Amino acid sequence: MLLEFKRRAQPSRFAQWTAPVVAFALTLLTGALIFLSLGKDPMAGLYYFFVEPLTAAWSLEEVAVKMIPLAIIAIGLCVCFLSSTWNIGAEGQFIVGALAGSAVPILLPGFDGPLMLPLMMLCGFAGGMAYGLIPATLKVRFGANEILTSLMLVYVAELLLDWLVRGPWRNPEGFNMPESAPFPVSGRVPELPFIDADRLTIALVIAVIAAIVVQFMIRRTIFGFSVRLAGIAPRAAAFAGYDANRTVLLALGVSGGLAGLAGILEVAGPIGQLRPAISPGYGFTAIIVAFLARLSPIGCLAAAFVLSLTYIGGEGAQIAMGLSDKMARVFQGILLFWALVADAFVFYEVRLKRAPAIGPSAEAADA
Amino acid sequence: MTPDVILAIAVTIVTAATPLLIAALGELVVERSGVLNLGVEGMMIVGAVMAFAGAQWTGSAYIGLVAAMAAGAAMSALFALLVLVFRTNQVVTGLALTIFGLGLSGLIGQAFIGLPGVKLDTVLFSFDILVFASVALTFGVGWFLFRTRAGLVLRAVGDNHTSAHAIGHNVLLVRFLAILFGGACAGAAGAYLSLAYTPQWVEGMTAGRGWIALALVVFATWRPVRVAVGAYLFGTVLILQFHAQALGVQVAPQLLNALPYLATIIVLVLISANTGLVRRNTPACLGKPFAPDV
Repeated sequence: MLLEFKRRAQPSRFAQWTAPVVAFALTLLTGALIFLSLGKDPMAGLYYFFVEPLTAAWSLEEVAVKMIPLAIIAIGLCVCFLSSTWNIGAEGQFIVGALAGSAVPILLPGFDGPLMLPLMMLCGFAGGMAYGLIPATLKVRFGANEILTSLMLVYVAELLLDWLVRGPWRNPEGFNMPESAPFPVSGRVPELPFIDADRLTIALVIAVIAAIVVQFMIRRTIFGFSVRLAGIAPRAAAFAGYDANRTVLLALGVSGGLAGLAGILEVAGPIGQLRPAISPGYGFTAIIVAFLARLSPIGCLAAAFVLSLTYIGGEGAQIAMGLSDKMARVFQGILLFWALVADAFVFYEVRLKRAPAIGPSAEAADA
Repeated sequence: MTPDVILAIAVTIVTAATPLLIAALGELVVERSGVLNLGVEGMMIVGAVMAFAGAQWTGSAYIGLVAAMAAGAAMSALFALLVLVFRTNQVVTGLALTIFGLGLSGLIGQAFIGLPGVKLDTVLFSFDILVFASVALTFGVGWFLFRTRAGLVLRAVGDNHTSAHAIGHNVLLVRFLAILFGGACAGAAGAYLSLAYTPQWVEGMTAGRGWIALALVVFATWRPVRVAVGAYLFGTVLILQFHAQALGVQVAPQLLNALPYLATIIVLVLISANTGLVRRNTPACLGKPFAPDV
């Protein structure tokens, strides 16, 4: 191998903070190359993707609106990923949370009042948590790989939503459209006060609170310590008396619950009813958010803003330049690649190798 | 049911199973070398779109197939660069590959939506070359892994990379080649979808098959012939949803569509519950990065 890696004794704080910024810069560079290869003006492409959404009040608001579900899901995923529990089914937990919360206005049409929204949020959280606990239980009880089971449950949740909005939960006065009845005002998340918001709700405040609470939980509580220890040194965690199964259940429970909360805040917020598609892949994009934030819940707020920008910028570039809306996904994938590579430089000292070592291991070390 | 109908159903089961089988065999080799590549879905869908593109531009489905394999291998080389050189987390890198692949395929495929495809010729009975290749590959991979020296080295690298390194084997090179093979297989599996199964390009047409292939490897406890058994079982489940309606089964179509995913979960649970069986067969270094200098 041409490169030599040496693990740093103590990764510098500066490097930890700059790594995501460098990753973002490299993503822009890669993006410019892709625009060139598509025969588009790279500067214009990057402008529409990453600058234009920031120049108008309405698009800035849209970025904030899309940032909310990404941030809330990613904050929960931080807990999971720190403990090396690989929940990649947040998209499913998001949907089931939305369904569980929506059950309140749909199944109880007579119910109304100030308790409506809190009850919906509670049900949303509980629904997402229950759905997250399925892969957790299957792992704890049977040793089934949570990566695959949680992902398979995404498809099941999507089909369940599809069945409900086309079948039993379809709006009887909706001209046969595959939609639920619109939620009553008491079942809608209020708009953010003090600013002239159309679609931005107080869910933004909930996201910030969630980030602070989970950050505190991870950094300052025994539960947080057991989560981090389970991720870094599972054997040490076991010797220290932390039950590995309990960590898996708690991590998937918390992250499923937060994904479910994000789900109900989305359908009771900007959408206002159930539809066959309620998420443009928030649950998957949130995985990128969590890693770009280097698994810091507060960092997730900033990272969610960046990823949200790719969604809104993608729509803008589609209209202005005729680019496929899939370009946003490409950007998201590249961003995650670069975030991972940048992380390697945080944890390892990387140097070009000069003279190869001599001896029987030289050939192997050269690979 | 007449024999004709049964035969027709059997044929569709084989065609549904073939892409799963090819992708899972590729991933089996990767995992036997100690690397977990969760990017199968992404490599598969890029394979599907590149196969379609290659066949459109040249008029030959075979060139499309080669293009798909090359694209899958190229994607897997990117994965290999990250996990082998930069030692990034294999789970997350694989996910990144899937997200990237889903986006990239959409970008490339934009021009092909709604176009009629080029179909892979049938060579014998009603099957094309990939069906036969997948059967040959099953036995080929089994023979390679358990009957050749190179296969032994690959398994040694997957079971204990430190020891394999100590006796002079090039761990990273073995893993790199295994990853490339897995990528080419995933590409070919994708090509089967867009050249034979439904000869057209539809966004997201893999519909989780890459993930089912990953589950099949666990189901098969890393044994090639069992992968084939699993693939044909899953092919049956996939086909069941089409025929159930024709047979007049009164269930919501969404429930039928959910069957393959539910079956995957059930199968994973049943196999994983048998901890001894899984532990005996799981490559011991699966998912662990190898650092030659430590």
